[in-house]
Amino acid sequence: MHELSICQSLLAQVAEISLNNGAKAVERIVIEVGALAGVEPALLARAFEFARSGSCAAHAELAIETTQVTVSCMVCGAQSRTVPNRLLCRACGGYRTRIVAGDELRLLRVELRTLEWQPAPAAA
Amino acid sequence: MCETCGCGVTPGNADLMRARAGEGTAVDVLKDLLAVNDQVAAHNREHFDAHGVLAINLMSSPGAGKTALLEGTIAALRRRYRIVVIEGDLETDNDAARIRAQGVPAVQITTGTACHLDAHLVHRALHELPLAGVDLLFIENVGNLVCPASFDLGQHLNVTLLSVAEGDDKPAKYPVIFRAADLVVLSKTDLLDVMDDFDPLRAAAALAALGRGTPMIRTAARRTPDFKPWLEWLERELACPRAVPASASSRIAAAVALRA
Repeated sequence: MHELSICQSLLAQVAEISLNNGAKAVERIVIEVGALAGVEPALLARAFEFARSGSCAAHAELAIETTQVTVSCMVCGAQSRTVPNRLLCRACGGYRTRIVAGDELRLLRVELRTLEWQPAPAAA
Repeated sequence: MCETCGCGVTPGNADLMRARAGEGTAVDVLKDLLAVNDQVAAHNREHFDAHGVLAINLMSSPGAGKTALLEGTIAALRRRYRIVVIEGDLETDNDAARIRAQGVPAVQITTGTACHLDAHLVHRALHELPLAGVDLLFIENVGNLVCPASFDLGQHLNVTLLSVAEGDDKPAKYPVIFRAADLVVLSKTDLLDVMDDFDPLRAAAALAALGRGTPMIRTAARRTPDFKPWLEWLERELACPRAVPASASSRIAAAVALRA
């Protein structure tokens, strides 16, 4: 949920990066959404179409990389890919696990179109 | 380094040189999208730690018994511990009024339409809640099994309630909020004799399947009140040194600890 407010946070970060790099426009934004992040990629994509209007990323493409849940077993050490509501070890069935991937909600990369270097105007 | 003649160009910075010519530049970020909330949450946590306050975030679906649990807790502990409460609801200050009726300070956050508390709202509430001499702060979150789980408030511990009047497969249906819990409280157990469909073992199994080995304890607030396991857990947590949040369950702290 809150895909729209997440888009707003995302665009705030992107705007800062764009400003710091003197960009003309934002071309592409790459984010990572884990299966346990509490955010739906499809809803995020829809919300982005609204949220980006009038921003430095008004024509930017949003690429969402989804990450499946991977847990590391605290009993046998095995790493297994699994689903959000069954976080047991798939090797030994152990019920104490660490999440090593799948709860990310982060901005990975921003691709910018930068300003060209402009020579100073000649003195009249 | 000359920016125009290309004399400093290497395979490593060739992309940036092309950027100067008006093409693109790519910036690698790896920054969490909830970073702003997490920063405010960390600030809240520092505030709690500076005063030696144990902060607990209570979450559940609406009507699972969070306020009743607090009333029972206050009745049992108020002579030995100073307790304060932050209440979160969309409308009314009914819950804060119930807490104040027990002689404990409570601040009510009315969120309007926001379905969860966030660190910023809690921070504002803390301005009205002096923490000097306080031992225990409860944050009663908005009744909701979805959104509260995603927003770190600066708490040390998360407690998620599940009442026997709900489905016993709730931990499977709402994995994020049940996995975020340091403790799951099975509430309204005085009703187990009439709730034929609720099997506590099924609920425990669904919780165990979330891979954190989270303990589940039973409480009853009405008819045949019983808070003993809950109070025992609370007193154990109160006795823990708070300098390092060993069982901290904020999203960030958990992520850091779990990845260590």
